[in-house]
Amino acid sequence: MADELTPDELLDKIDYGTDSGNWLDTTKSVQIRPGMYCYAAKAESVETLGLPNARSWNPTEEDWKLPDNWQQIIHDGIKERLEKFRTFKIFMDVCVRCGACADKCHFFLGTGDPKNMPVLRAELLRSIYRNDFTTAGKILQKIPGGQRLGGNRPLTLDVLKEMWYYFFQCTECRRCSVFCPYGIDTAEITIMARELFNLLGLNIDWIATPVSNCYTTGNHLGIQPHAFKDMLEFFVEDIEDITGVDCTPQFQKKGADILFVTPSGDVFADPGTYTCQGYLILFKYLKDKYGLDVTWSTYASEGGNFGFFTSHETMKRLNAKMYYEAKRLGVKWILGGECGHMWRVIHQYMDTMNGPADFLEVPVNPITGTKFHNAASTKMVHITEFTADLIKHGKLELDKSRNANRIMTFHDSCNPARGMGLLDEPRYVINNVCDNFYEMPPNTIRENTFCCGSGAGLNAGENMELRMAGALPRATALKHVHEKYGVNTLGTICAIDRAALSTLCEYWVPEVEVAGIHELVGNALILPGEKERTEDLRMEPLPGCEEEE
Amino acid sequence: MTQKYLIPLTAVFLLFLVAYAGAGAGLGWFFGIVFPYLAVIAFLVGFVIKVMGWARSAVPFRIPTTCGQQKSLPWIKQNRIDNPDTASGVFIRMLLEIFLFRSLFRNTKAAFNRNASNRITYSWEIFLWVAALAFHYAFLVVLLRHFRFFTSPVPSCVQFLEALDGIVQLGLPGLFLSGVVLPAAVLFLLARRLFDQKVRYISQGSDFFPLFLILGIAVTGIFMRYFTKVDIVAIKEMTMGLVTLSPTIPDGVANLFYAHLFLVSILFAYFPASKLMHLGGVFLSPTRNMANNTRAKRHVNPWNYDVPIHTYEQYEDHFRDKMIEAGLPVEKKE
Repeated sequence: MADELTPDELLDKIDYGTDSGNWLDTTKSVQIRPGMYCYAAKAESVETLGLPNARSWNPTEEDWKLPDNWQQIIHDGIKERLEKFRTFKIFMDVCVRCGACADKCHFFLGTGDPKNMPVLRAELLRSIYRNDFTTAGKILQKIPGGQRLGGNRPLTLDVLKEMWYYFFQCTECRRCSVFCPYGIDTAEITIMARELFNLLGLNIDWIATPVSNCYTTGNHLGIQPHAFKDMLEFFVEDIEDITGVDCTPQFQKKGADILFVTPSGDVFADPGTYTCQGYLILFKYLKDKYGLDVTWSTYASEGGNFGFFTSHETMKRLNAKMYYEAKRLGVKWILGGECGHMWRVIHQYMDTMNGPADFLEVPVNPITGTKFHNAASTKMVHITEFTADLIKHGKLELDKSRNANRIMTFHDSCNPARGMGLLDEPRYVINNVCDNFYEMPPNTIRENTFCCGSGAGLNAGENMELRMAGALPRATALKHVHEKYGVNTLGTICAIDRAALSTLCEYWVPEVEVAGIHELVGNALILPGEKERTEDLRMEPLPGCEEEE
Repeated sequence: MTQKYLIPLTAVFLLFLVAYAGAGAGLGWFFGIVFPYLAVIAFLVGFVIKVMGWARSAVPFRIPTTCGQQKSLPWIKQNRIDNPDTASGVFIRMLLEIFLFRSLFRNTKAAFNRNASNRITYSWEIFLWVAALAFHYAFLVVLLRHFRFFTSPVPSCVQFLEALDGIVQLGLPGLFLSGVVLPAAVLFLLARRLFDQKVRYISQGSDFFPLFLILGIAVTGIFMRYFTKVDIVAIKEMTMGLVTLSPTIPDGVANLFYAHLFLVSILFAYFPASKLMHLGGVFLSPTRNMANNTRAKRHVNPWNYDVPIHTYEQYEDHFRDKMIEAGLPVEKKE
């Protein structure tokens, strides 16, 4: 990337003192700047899904090739969503602009751009809402200067471009919502805004192409069934080299106990692949010791759901495969891998959209007898809930010393943290598979956790400046524990995190590596019949084995 | 920028003048009777329309913001208030939110220092919470105290509240705490909007107007009580006339009172069309008023509809040869 800035250059740009202009003026902000936006969706990806206005376009060009009646489309789209979503209607009406959310957004903290204050991001859309949908707005329109008083403005092309720019600078992390006295959730507003953009074919390619791949091939990366199998078998070979045990998984096995679904990022890219090896080791262990029958599926081979960043309908279309496949295979329930927004979709939307899952059983861990009451309707359990339960009941033989070189901290992924409250389960697992664990400062973990800066489909290569700026709050907290406790590994339970945080570390805290929690489990778990291990899953010497190398 | 607050300030001042001069010119019946009735009607009708409008919109998905540990395994301690899975937990969460502004209490302030360590630091920022709480409670007390003008005999609870509010005995008439706290809090909130760069940037004319209006109401009220000593008996006769729907305009009602009443009427009429509706909205906010039990209990979306999906059959048709070659199970062999 030609426009890549060094960390120092990026830090020099930060200034929380906002400019004094009126934000209602768009001229400055619609200069869509390289490094801060993602490339436009390719026409073919939009076409595959049958979404409107598929064409080739470029955000930096003057002409966005919109349909003639684009303003009417947006107007009607807003109207429809006001009726369909009480959240949207209330959030458009009740904000008092108290500013409590202003300095909560990682993009604001990393860029100092005042339009990245959550309140203002939402105001971009509210200004249109007030103008077109409220009595006060309609009256103020008629008074000279009235629009500026009420903060309403008509939807012009510049306003649309500005909204597009800033709503694709929101990772839907919900941190602002925690502090809002009315619970206004900017993520929800961003979701609505992105739905509106999709009515005009204004998505970004890093979302549209994975969605189209996921729809036809089963996963974001478009890995075809035979290739998916190959990739897992490649891991199996590695694991056999390390442990001497063959962990070959099953695919599409009818009548298996559990269907396992994980984000395809775990299959595709380091360090997610090590987490994936951890799953394989865990399932092999459970199969050999307790006869638990887990199957993977190449059809439902994606946990992540970029439909969530497109529209509720697209989210539903992609999510449907999990239940569809579970029913076809006749499994008892579904287990989900380490993923962020996948779990927000599963937790908050899945049963409502694609349920009832009455062909499945209420999840029971057959090994411990624990009934997962919290998943009684969805019939889908998070793997850290599952593993924590196994550990608590003493069902796993673990050798913590194999992770002795890992001085850990844990990054709560936004979606599981603020969308479901999955906080203690991963910590419990970490504490049982390794000895050195230190928390980052309290303002940056659990419900206060900071986004990796690349969520909600912004994990592209072309918007690196935006991503690294957004990653700054996470990075400074990480740097703190790195310097204070010597933390060298950042644990996380999200596939986007594993990719994004690795880039973040490389940029801001190069001494720290990123690892999924089940990578650590895979290292610590003593497989029946295994040879003496001298390497971890990264094929690096285990602590104490360095000399033998 | 200056127009954002100068225009609302001027507007409030003009409204005051209009009523003050209008009452002096013999239009007391308009400011004392017609407008208050219209304002109350506008308030009630507007409030109901707004809340009904919200209630009419669907809540398709259960999307609470969770601020603590979920209910999961029996040995993991759930945060029952910040991550409630039952109606009672939600009720407590809402009580804390509505009466104590719990989310605002969490507020932190971020600072960044460009130096060797380049830290972003976070400090607890309590002043907005304190001012907001002081403002709302002082306002509530003032509002309730005014019931002595609308009731005869005055209920003992109103008298008690008045006694409590005047517990600090200073001068004559006794000083009301709310009369000090309310303007002080309004001035703090105003100062934030003017001097905190971030808050100034996000503020609109519609943020300044209610602050100036409430300040105007408070100042006129305080002036009448402590300085110009208006004819309370005449005023009570008039307010009782309003609530008993037999309005009269007694002699001796000060013009300042008409101005005070007019500003109050403006506030009432303005309320439903403005951000002040957060009073109603806070109860209905779906991220706070729902239990986090979507995986445990089924929740129905009233407008759920079928969507096209790429079925397994289509998938297998597309990839069958490759699947067979790779040894993956298929439904149909050819």
